[in-house]
Amino acid sequence: MTWDKTQPMVSIKNVHKAFGDLKVLKGVSLDVMKGQVICIIGPSGSGKSTLIRCVNALNDIQEGSILVEGQEVNDPNLDKLELRKKVGMVFQQYNLFPHKTAIENVMMAPIRVLKQDKATAEATARKLIKKVRLEGKENAYPGELSGGQQQRVAIARSLAMNPDVILFDEVTAALDPETVGEVLRTIQDLAEEGMTCILVTHEMAFAREVADHIYFTDRGVIVEHGAPDTFFNNAQDERTKLFLSQIL
Amino acid sequence: MNNRPYKTDMPVLLTVKPMSGDKFNFKLKLWHVFPVLLFVLFYSTFGFADAGPAKSSVFETLVRWMPLLLKGFLFNLLISVLAMGVGTAVGATLGLGQISQSAWVRKFAWFVTQFFRNSPWLVLLFFAMFLLPFEVEIVGVKIPLPDWLKATIGLSLPVMANVSEIVRGAVKSLPSGQWEAAESLAYTRTQTLWLIILPQCVKRMLPPWMNLYSILTMATVLASIVGVSEVMTLTGQVLSSEGGRPELLAPFYSFVLLLFFAYCYPIARFTVHLEKRFAVIS
Repeated sequence: MTWDKTQPMVSIKNVHKAFGDLKVLKGVSLDVMKGQVICIIGPSGSGKSTLIRCVNALNDIQEGSILVEGQEVNDPNLDKLELRKKVGMVFQQYNLFPHKTAIENVMMAPIRVLKQDKATAEATARKLIKKVRLEGKENAYPGELSGGQQQRVAIARSLAMNPDVILFDEVTAALDPETVGEVLRTIQDLAEEGMTCILVTHEMAFAREVADHIYFTDRGVIVEHGAPDTFFNNAQDERTKLFLSQIL
Repeated sequence: MNNRPYKTDMPVLLTVKPMSGDKFNFKLKLWHVFPVLLFVLFYSTFGFADAGPAKSSVFETLVRWMPLLLKGFLFNLLISVLAMGVGTAVGATLGLGQISQSAWVRKFAWFVTQFFRNSPWLVLLFFAMFLLPFEVEIVGVKIPLPDWLKATIGLSLPVMANVSEIVRGAVKSLPSGQWEAAESLAYTRTQTLWLIILPQCVKRMLPPWMNLYSILTMATVLASIVGVSEVMTLTGQVLSSEGGRPELLAPFYSFVLLLFFAYCYPIARFTVHLEKRFAVIS
């Protein structure tokens, strides 16, 4: 199947997902165009993290279709490695490799997975560490970095694979309030450079500023979606209104 | 009463000053072995000075046989190192089998591990002694299997099973986020295991592994039951060649005990030290 840039880069259609008897996603559909930044918001347990974890096949789905650049993810013969080279992911708990330094964390996957030579990978890694404003921390181990710094290393690590789209799974939820800003700023830089981003977040002000489109999920379905201004000023659904009134 | 910190008409309510705890916090050091050893040797010489010209003193007898007993002890150490090596190599493979993606491999590895982990070491030793042939032929070359080698193989079986569990436990103890992060960076499963997971496990595995080694070292004396010329066997032979003098029993077996203690206790201390250090880092 060929894919061109006029089609959605990620196309989620009628996705159902259950953990045992617990239905987490009940028919979710959304499209993400190249260069778009979308934010998924909603109460805890509404299935938003599960949804983005399905995009890079960390979770499988029972029904529906997820196309990433035209490639079907819900396919038993899927080449997961090829998919994951295109789709980066940043986690709530950073998940840096604690036995490797910051720069090793960033350059290891390009060397081992993309088979880049060490010098190229290292040069790229240094640039990326500079980009996330961590110059001088190249040789620090994750345990020696603050949460915000670790999360920025994790973003650099994801960028090093040169992905087409990056999934951000509540990346500021585990951070101290004073370090949230530095991570959001890094993500904003990426958004402005045209990186396609799918964010699950609780940072409403940030979502409003950075997103091209907001999706509100509750109990496994998308309740409402729209451009940030319309969505925040003129929410239609009662559940959305209630959620926004609680959080804003 | 005047020197008490406070006065009261009811002395029962006075606080009791606890006895100094320092005296009782006795921590064993390696050098403590030597006073004990000297005491045993010295004590054993009393009362035998006038035992007649035919019998030498207990102390002299022990010193005379000491080189042989030490050689026997070195043999125990050789068996322990070899059994640990073989057990670790096979056990690590088995442990990885227990986390294999193939259900059959996983079940097989689990079964082997549980079987050998829940069998008495002595029974496994007997099995190895009587089931293994006295020589094996590999591509036309006959390789003899002496008793001590069979014993080594026998002892490596429980080690293998325990190492398998240590590996499985260490891998399972890592947070699943490490797997997910590696997966989402498109590492293959093999790469994830060897580059991300196992390097982090080494630290976690080292203390239990060393613990296992010291248990194994102490278990090498089981080989005496199947006739391997290790330190216990030699001690028995020495005692009978000395005519079975009952006053020799305690000094000789104390000496053997002390040899093992002097070897195993530092390992135990070092294990505790490692556990503390790693606990702080992770």
